[in-house]
Amino acid sequence: MDGSSEMQMPMYGLQASVLDRLMPLYLAVSAEGTITGAGVTLAKLFPHAPLIGRSLFDVFALRRIGAITTMAGLRTRMAQPLSLARHDGGASLRGIALPMATGNGLLMNLSFGIGVVDAVRDFALTDADFAPTDLAIELLYVVEAKSAVMGELARLNLGLKGAKSVAEARALTDTLTGLGNRRALDEALVRILDLGRPFALLHLDLDFFKAVNDTHGHAAGDHVLATVADVLRTATREGDIVTRVGGDEFVLVLPNPPADQTLMRIATRIITGLEVPIAFEDKSCRISGSIGIALSSAFQPVDLDRMQAATDAALYASKRAGRGRATLAT
Amino acid sequence: MHGLVNRAVQCFLRDTFGPDLWQAVARDAGFGGDGFDTMATYPQAVTDGLIDAATRHLNRPRDALLEDMGTYLVSHQTVEPVRRLLRFGGADFMDFLLSIEDLQGRSRLAVPDIDVPLLTLDEESPDVYLLSCRSPVAGAGHVIMGLLRAMADDYGALVLLDHQGKRDGAEWLRVHVLEARFAAGRRFDLGRSAMAGAT
Repeated sequence: MDGSSEMQMPMYGLQASVLDRLMPLYLAVSAEGTITGAGVTLAKLFPHAPLIGRSLFDVFALRRIGAITTMAGLRTRMAQPLSLARHDGGASLRGIALPMATGNGLLMNLSFGIGVVDAVRDFALTDADFAPTDLAIELLYVVEAKSAVMGELARLNLGLKGAKSVAEARALTDTLTGLGNRRALDEALVRILDLGRPFALLHLDLDFFKAVNDTHGHAAGDHVLATVADVLRTATREGDIVTRVGGDEFVLVLPNPPADQTLMRIATRIITGLEVPIAFEDKSCRISGSIGIALSSAFQPVDLDRMQAATDAALYASKRAGRGRATLAT
Repeated sequence: MHGLVNRAVQCFLRDTFGPDLWQAVARDAGFGGDGFDTMATYPQAVTDGLIDAATRHLNRPRDALLEDMGTYLVSHQTVEPVRRLLRFGGADFMDFLLSIEDLQGRSRLAVPDIDVPLLTLDEESPDVYLLSCRSPVAGAGHVIMGLLRAMADDYGALVLLDHQGKRDGAEWLRVHVLEARFAAGRRFDLGRSAMAGAT
């Protein structure tokens, strides 16, 4: 705005009703700081204590960087963004103050700023309370739409997460026995090697299982495998990993393994459990098992390949010695 | 703590120090390496555990690590949307600084339960400001300091920053603006499509 246009139009002489429509949150303040006029929407925010006649500084705590407590202080902040916090609590407003053309009063225009969502709810405002040029309603629209979409995405996300964990569990489970599969074993070994904790690797190969399959059929064989899984679950501790890695091959990972004798007792208990005749329909199925065991503490640094080879060798030692027994790799 | 905050820590560690370090930190903090769900809320201890684990693995002081994270939030390509939203704060660094009190409210407009620190600015002299920072995260002021340092670069302003420690439940930063328009700064257009910045 240059000087000449100021000269031609020193003032617009707007009626209060025009100001109400143009900026329904306006505030007119006298040179002394007394409120002489307030927009129709601003007045709605103070239903119990009308604004006219009160001191601006009694109603609002004004801030621009620091606090503004006098009209002289406010005059140094002309045209700058101001923050106005209500002394009676409630959301703060933002505003701008400029001198009027006549007298020493100020005209201020306020806005809810980011508090518009709360203000609309707290004071039951409608689009008629805002100037048609004000983007407040559009902002409300965006906030509502965003919340609705975020809610939908959160629901979708939750569903996907559930499906993902089901799929992951399935991918790691042997469907016949409910034990872990080879992938579960590989993951368990990676995890335990990462943690650097000692563990025992126990490799079980069933004895006489092929005979059950050949004599009584696959249904009987499946029933026997499910029973073997129960025996292994009963014999192990919480935190032990029990997996079926082949037709009649099982591998157990026992973190923080007990002493050698206890370990051998557990293996013997497994074999005794396997040797209990398993009833299927009118038949009785008899199996046993051979076990090879290796301890991570025997391999420093831990070398998984060597440890697995030692477990296999111990397993074949059990087989050669007549089956139905356990051997600890040394 | 909001998942977005934990996700920011994750992206910072991964992008700055590599995926292996992130995996190691996540394991150490007792958290799977899959990453955080940005829509979930996690206990405060998860965030603290992550930061502590990273501090141990990198053998760096917690304050320095947090400051680097603040810088990362403004300067790394992965989190370009954060820089854009911060640049909405003003046309130059002074405007940005003077609007920083709105940061928490503006963030909450988008994500109602986001844990952005409560910031209050006071003037010590025309070029020197005191910024107080209140947050449930100990050391959040250092994140803000790194963020301010990077924003000053972004705007091309010459600014001295000093963390003055904790007082009255807040961390205090002293911001000395030597020159608001010292260099050209990085380009920023208010009107660029939000989608273009998303990754």
